[in-house]
Amino acid sequence: MTPAWIKNTAFYAFVVFIVLQAVFPFYYAIVTSFKTGAEIFEISYYPRTFHLDNYYSVLFSGNGSFLRNIWNSVWVSTITVIVALFIAVTASYALSRVRFRGRSLMLMTILCVSMFPQVAVLAGLFEVVRALGLYNTDWSLIFSYTIFTLPFTVWVLTTFMRDLPIELEEAAIVDGATPWVIVSKIFMPLMWPALVTTGLLAFIAAWNEYLYALTFTASNDAARTVPVGIALLSGNSEHEIPWGPIMAASVIVTVPLIALVLIFQRKIIAGLTAGGVKG
Amino acid sequence: MASISIKNLKKSFGAVNVIKGVDLEIKSGEFMVFVGPSGCGKSTMLRLIAGLEDITSGTMEFDGQLVNALAPSKRGIAMVFQSYALYPHMTVFQNMAFGMKLAKNNKDEIKTRVEKAAALLQITPYLERLPKQLSGGQRQRVAIGRAIVRDPKVFLFDEPLSNLDAALRVATRLEIAKLHHSMNNVTMVYVTHDQVEAMTLADRICVLRDGYIEQVGTPLELYEKPANIFVAGFIGSPKMNLMKGKFASPYKANTIGVRSEHLQFVSKDGWAGKVIHAETLGSDSYVFVDIGTEEPVIVRESGTTKHTVGSKVQIAPLKGEVHLFNEQGNSI
Ligand SMILES: Nc1ncnc2c1ncn2[C@@H]1O[C@H](COP(=O)(O)OP(=O)(O)O)[C@@H](O)[C@H]1O
Ligand SMILES: [Mg+2]
Repeated sequence: MTPAWIKNTAFYAFVVFIVLQAVFPFYYAIVTSFKTGAEIFEISYYPRTFHLDNYYSVLFSGNGSFLRNIWNSVWVSTITVIVALFIAVTASYALSRVRFRGRSLMLMTILCVSMFPQVAVLAGLFEVVRALGLYNTDWSLIFSYTIFTLPFTVWVLTTFMRDLPIELEEAAIVDGATPWVIVSKIFMPLMWPALVTTGLLAFIAAWNEYLYALTFTASNDAARTVPVGIALLSGNSEHEIPWGPIMAASVIVTVPLIALVLIFQRKIIAGLTAGGVKG
Repeated sequence: MASISIKNLKKSFGAVNVIKGVDLEIKSGEFMVFVGPSGCGKSTMLRLIAGLEDITSGTMEFDGQLVNALAPSKRGIAMVFQSYALYPHMTVFQNMAFGMKLAKNNKDEIKTRVEKAAALLQITPYLERLPKQLSGGQRQRVAIGRAIVRDPKVFLFDEPLSNLDAALRVATRLEIAKLHHSMNNVTMVYVTHDQVEAMTLADRICVLRDGYIEQVGTPLELYEKPANIFVAGFIGSPKMNLMKGKFASPYKANTIGVRSEHLQFVSKDGWAGKVIHAETLGSDSYVFVDIGTEEPVIVRESGTTKHTVGSKVQIAPLKGEVHLFNEQGNSI
């Protein structure tokens, strides 16, 4: 028998290790973002000076193009989430409640599709985007992100909806509810936890996406999103990588995500259905 | 206020036939109870009446009007589900008002109807609560209240008491009976697997087995004149004593059945046996006697019994209280 204190110590050492390795890169970015000049290239693990120069330069130099990027990201991610959730909720109603031929095959296909790496469909998607005339517009991103988010979202919501008691739906049918009323008035309020979770994940994925954003909006500065914007930040000369502003930009775009997660974390109340059904 | 007429009704799920041809007339204002063992198709029958399942073949009419293809909400029915099926995110008031709201009734009328139903069921203090803040019995009332608000012509219940504890079950049973009296002429169809519920509530009982109707009749008809062994065994508690072979042959029957209250201890010329167990309930006693049948015969005595376990006794049926069945199990 190992004494309890050894077990505890080992456990907490492990926890500390995991937290450190998860948080350290971000911490280092924050620390770096407050440095200027040559200081950036000295290695230090805690802030010694505190300058906001990098933040000013990111936000206000370059004709506010970074602010424009942020706005694009907010717009693209938000619309992606709304469109994806709408399609996913209606699709998962069909997949979980309507009996039709090939339903389970379809579910398996959806699951498989969600495993595809992005690059694999890049060329094909590019053709589609071009054909639809979306190339170089924000809609090309909304379109492709929605496609990539849907399999996971549909899968999760279908699983969740399948667990909602069938009698609830039947009670609503007897009350005269149409499928849309059932979905919007009965199921959606009960699926808040799942909607918030999948919506948040879709938002984060869209917010951070780089490859498609780079490819589909290559020659349109106005439609550019934050990840590409950061990558294309340029220094004073061709050979200088502006680490300071890059770090500041990264911090700026990460903070809203963290805030979102923290806000919605409190809303994710599981077991909302408890009590309505059974005694 | 609707009579229901069912003709040659069949229902199958894929290759599985669940309802195999049912003819039934439910009179307007009647309290009809479907009873039968688990899996015999009671709920399916009820859901067919509700319109929640499509009819495979046959016809169903409400007041002479064909309803085979009519949506549940258009049939003038209300249903109380076994699990209550209250909307968890809505208050009691909203739960009860939901149907009327969807039907676009005006607000004042909704309020009046909900409050009237709530008063009837004594749930007025809980109108602003969520279902999870209510006890099982209160939830049951809300579910019934939601049905009342719809002002249905036909009330459907699917085992509404099975999630309640024994004491509450008796109380709620009484309330459902009172409800039927107070709502003049509402047709009620009630599903249960509990024959006591069936006997106490029903105007008429419909005994189902394996997708067929075994017998339809008033509780007393079923009790006194069961059409076959199945009904005889299912209705009444304790189960009717069934005897074959040498016990049945003097009656020229394949099987005879005698209820426990129709057996008595005699000093001679009875069936001889040994007491193997006795249950004393206070008002009655049930004495289990082994006379050589497959299962011990149960004899009811009023008061406490003087027959102790192991004692040798003779029992005999009362005259005219022996049910006779042929080889197919039908009554003769
Ligand atoms: N949706 C369904 N799909 C397939 N089989 C079903 C379905 N609903 C009920 N059944 C079957 O029909 C039979 C009768 O079910 P049910 O009417 O619920 O019985 P009960 O008398 O216990 O209420 C059961 O064998 C059940 O498995
Ligand atoms: Mg059932």
